[in-house]
Amino acid sequence: MNAAGALFSRFGIAFLPAIMVVAALPLIGSFSSWATLSIAGLAMGMMIFMMASGLSLIFGLMDVLNFGHSAFVTFGAFIAASTLAALGGWVGAPSLTLNLMALGAAIGAAALFGLAAGYLFERVIVRPVYRDHLRQILITMGALIVAEQIVLAIWGGSPVAVPRPALLTGSIILGDVAIEIYRLFAFGLGLAAYVALHLMLNRTRIGLLIRAGVENREMVEALGYRVDRLFIAVFMAGSALAAVGGAMWAGYQGLISATLGGEMLVLVFIVVIIGGLGSIQGSLVGALMVGLLGNYVAFLFPKLSLASNMLLMLAILMWRPNGLLPAVKR
Amino acid sequence: MSDFILRLDDVHTDIAQYRILHGVSLDVPRGGVHVLLGRNGAGKTTTLRTIMGLWRARSGAVVLGHRDISAMHTSEIARLGVAYVPENMGIFGGLTVEENLRLAAGPAGFDPGRLKRIFTLFPAMEKFRDKSAWALSGGQKQMLAISRAIIEPRQLILIDEPTKGLAPAIIRAMIDAFRDIARETTILLVEQNFLFASSLGETVAVIDDGRIVHRGVMAELAADRDLQTRLLGLSLDAHH
Repeated sequence: MNAAGALFSRFGIAFLPAIMVVAALPLIGSFSSWATLSIAGLAMGMMIFMMASGLSLIFGLMDVLNFGHSAFVTFGAFIAASTLAALGGWVGAPSLTLNLMALGAAIGAAALFGLAAGYLFERVIVRPVYRDHLRQILITMGALIVAEQIVLAIWGGSPVAVPRPALLTGSIILGDVAIEIYRLFAFGLGLAAYVALHLMLNRTRIGLLIRAGVENREMVEALGYRVDRLFIAVFMAGSALAAVGGAMWAGYQGLISATLGGEMLVLVFIVVIIGGLGSIQGSLVGALMVGLLGNYVAFLFPKLSLASNMLLMLAILMWRPNGLLPAVKR
Repeated sequence: MSDFILRLDDVHTDIAQYRILHGVSLDVPRGGVHVLLGRNGAGKTTTLRTIMGLWRARSGAVVLGHRDISAMHTSEIARLGVAYVPENMGIFGGLTVEENLRLAAGPAGFDPGRLKRIFTLFPAMEKFRDKSAWALSGGQKQMLAISRAIIEPRQLILIDEPTKGLAPAIIRAMIDAFRDIARETTILLVEQNFLFASSLGETVAVIDDGRIVHRGVMAELAADRDLQTRLLGLSLDAHH
């Protein structure tokens, strides 16, 4: 690798989404379309990041392939939708305080569910199949199917409408560009989640343990720490993040169905793989690229939109087989 | 107080369907450097990993001081004051040198005296304190692995082939460091480099095919060419 290549590998990868945004402008031509697509892509990317970051840590730390992760996305979406529906008076009120309280209650309910269900899921479903990938795939896929059936039993088979708080409806107009407020909010919340995760991983002792555990779990135990206890905390936090991501996605889509989690599963795994296992920064870069590319390709080459993320994954893995920013350097 | 820091009594260990240790019995005296020699695949690493609880003994006892640790979790064994330096060094490449040390130091943080001693033994650790561990040279990584083992007081340090792939100058530095470390603790050293092992070891055990085939004083083995040939030759001949 030449010096420029090495420099890009070290520092440039974090800027790939920005490079993608700049490169899309001449292809799209219209500035307003480009800006709308870019903001939608960044907002989508941030919501996918919230869903994927927990899975990446779980995968990296305990080598667990949790296909049931997206069940938390589905439940988070439906719980947030039901909470907002139950607080209809606050949601529709022309009061910023009531709107914020309704939103906080919806996101909080989804996060609490993620924490509690994550704990049970790890104890009952995942714990018996540690170190056995085949059984992990089978049992977590089974759990995802069961979760979908539970959602169908509780919320029914018809799509459920998601009320959006008044403060998050409408757009901000800047020149020719209309920016949906909800997209800005989703981007802001995702960014806050990233900053919080980054600070936790890099400034706290538990973060130090997680980073070390992702690299070499056995050695962390040989230094006197119980990684299995650490893993429960990570699993719960990852499940809560997925549920919050699902809640945000529900508000973004407006209508949700029981298949939501299954539909997001592929995207979430693509982000984890292209970002690099166990890497929060990699998950962020991967999620933003997936979000942006999905929007640009749907506009420029609609027939390619379904394949675009697979092609992105193929290209990245050919370039960097361990993903963009893997936590473990091999 | 027992004269032995560690006793292995008829330890059998399996890895998957293979039996690797066939009744290892070994006494490690308290204090100093004690060496476990043997060819590749003889069971040296398995012995260390069994002591550390990373592989579970199928039968037999591993006793630290007066406490049976055979069924204990690795983290509990570590908290009893046993440090492990694996053959691959087990450093966390994504962490800085200081973060590696901080993790080994425990929640109370660094003891300034111990940190100073590490920097005296291995000045590179101070120089590269804020550097990512993956960027260190092989010798420096080994120094970090040893530093991590001594950042806290330990009863016993298990070290697996520390000279593997290291330059002679680094090996000489390691000999000095190990002599210094052995003044306050016990080192059980697995090694294939006989010159290195014989310059440090007080006692020696030779393992072959999962069994201890010789126990004795290192100086006697080092002085007896016939015994060396018989023991180490026996190990090699048995598998040709």
